[in-house]
Amino acid sequence: MGGYERGNFNSRLILMGHSYARGPSANWEGLHSLTEASFTAPRVSREDLEKRLLSGSRAERGTETAIHLLLLGATVISIATTLGIVFVLVNESFRFFQDVSIIEFLTGTVWTPRFQPSLFGVLPLVAGTVLVATIAILVAAPVGLFTAIFLSEYAPDRFRRIVKPMLEILAGIPTVVYGYFALTFVTPLLQQYIFPDMIIFNALSAGLVMGVMIIPIVSSLTEDAMLAVPRSLREAAYALGATRFEVATRVVTPAALSGIVAAIILGLSRAIGETMLVTIAAGATPRLTIDPRESIQTMTAYIVQVGFGETPQGTTIYYTIFAVALLLFVMTLAMNILGQWVVRRWRQAY
Amino acid sequence: MTKGISESHAGGETQRTSIMTTVANLEASQDSYESSDTAAPTERVSDRLPVAERPISLSTRNMSLYYGEFRALKDISVEIPERTVTAIIGASGCGKSTLLRSFNRMNDLIPGVRVEGTMEMSGVPIYDRRVDVTELRRAVGMVFQRPNPLPMSIYENIAYGPRRHGVRNRAELDEIVERCLTQAALWDEVKDKLKQQGNELSGGQQQRLCIARTLAVEPDVILMDEPCSALDPASTLRIEELMQELGHEYTILVVTHNMQQAARVSEMTAFMNMEEDRAGVLVEFGPTTEIFTTPKEKTTEDYITGRFS
Repeated sequence: MGGYERGNFNSRLILMGHSYARGPSANWEGLHSLTEASFTAPRVSREDLEKRLLSGSRAERGTETAIHLLLLGATVISIATTLGIVFVLVNESFRFFQDVSIIEFLTGTVWTPRFQPSLFGVLPLVAGTVLVATIAILVAAPVGLFTAIFLSEYAPDRFRRIVKPMLEILAGIPTVVYGYFALTFVTPLLQQYIFPDMIIFNALSAGLVMGVMIIPIVSSLTEDAMLAVPRSLREAAYALGATRFEVATRVVTPAALSGIVAAIILGLSRAIGETMLVTIAAGATPRLTIDPRESIQTMTAYIVQVGFGETPQGTTIYYTIFAVALLLFVMTLAMNILGQWVVRRWRQAY
Repeated sequence: MTKGISESHAGGETQRTSIMTTVANLEASQDSYESSDTAAPTERVSDRLPVAERPISLSTRNMSLYYGEFRALKDISVEIPERTVTAIIGASGCGKSTLLRSFNRMNDLIPGVRVEGTMEMSGVPIYDRRVDVTELRRAVGMVFQRPNPLPMSIYENIAYGPRRHGVRNRAELDEIVERCLTQAALWDEVKDKLKQQGNELSGGQQQRLCIARTLAVEPDVILMDEPCSALDPASTLRIEELMQELGHEYTILVVTHNMQQAARVSEMTAFMNMEEDRAGVLVEFGPTTEIFTTPKEKTTEDYITGRFS
């Protein structure tokens, strides 16, 4: 049904295409014969059109609805899980804050939940997390940025096609491998050549290796942001006699800045949330310090420690992990919101 | 040969101007420039040498350009006089832009591009191994098809080039910015908002900003790659006036699809065409009036009268 008209329409198109390709005069003749033909009968009859327009198949519509629901369902799973996690965290933390005041938790400088006297000042854990993440980002930001500049502005296409997947493999190495790499290779190396009296579990080597771990995140997103800078901007600068380096630093980098900052913030929130590496290599000593040679404990490592220990459910210690996790969640959420704000605020129109 | 052209050009833009209208336009436009308020160019014409006696600025001899294995330009030999507006016309895909972009070695940015034959600027081979490409691009400025102001303020757009080449003094930069914007007929419109972003201007203003930016590095040659194709008619007129005016001081090479534009603004015209192997060749080069009224080649006449379509 309706197939005849459609076929007819197509053949007309083909006819026009033919005559058009043959040049202006042939085109004119073709058009002429066409108009003659179409004057003799209505181009479309009302009955045929009604049939075509109003008899849309039910089954087709049913399939559409099913697909719609399937896709919606997939979306709902992740949203519902996030909401569930937030609910559990808030709920369990609430019990913790019945035993320990929020003020004490957020401002206390000693964290000894398992000893007497039990003190619940989270700052040493926060400091440990921030220290390791800072070292990591100090490594990953410059190295990632330079890698991205090299790949997007200097490297020949073929080189980029080989190197970029290799960098992404770096991101796929299990973090436990990085942890033992830090503990059994980087720490001895540092002890041998730079800090002979540094203890075996320390923030420095965990931070350095974590920095290497997040380089691919930073460089890959940064490079994407740089490749999105239109070629016309590069050409503008090249045409004014700018060198490759000037184009990279004065034109491409500022134009991609929002993407670069977003990449760094994403790397940072990854560093804050990283667990296995710091559990293995950074130690288990909650300590309020900025000395990277010291043994520390991050928020995530603390959660692992308590989670694996024989902590009776329902005790204050048991609830600490939810309070620490909630704080961690708030920190990474804040980073992500900051990242989005930066992307919007600094986006350069080009 | 004509078959190849008509095929490649089917569906492309067509110029159906008859030869008579073009000539009429040519004459009319010359009249109108005398009567417009930018009468200066017409007065200064007498200062200049006749086209044939002007020194040669850009020249190529048996120049061919390859993208990998594909030969995009074949045996181009042309001598472009100084302080002249020269137009390059021809159908889409015949290599006009490629030729233009080889004069400031912009094609170097594309991997696999190779140039054979000689290309010189005032006698200096520009593809010599010792040539500093940044200095070449400074001497041979370029204005692109789409206005592409850098994502910075109007002031910084102009100051960018001079800064790259070592001008640090603020007063000197101020002077350059004002002079170039004035030369590009944009100063009055933007003098109160120099801190505004360049891309907030209108399309025509952006293109004049790009011209001003090019002037700021004191080039000898200005290449223009269809500079008006993204602009409305009024802005096009402004840019054309500007081209004519600048043509007294600079060597201007402009690629255009608009034959009336070529007729209006240029003194010399090069007509390029694509051969069966898709390589671009230079069919004819000469004074614009001759190309448009008494072309020597049949293909030139066909193109100008719009018989390609």
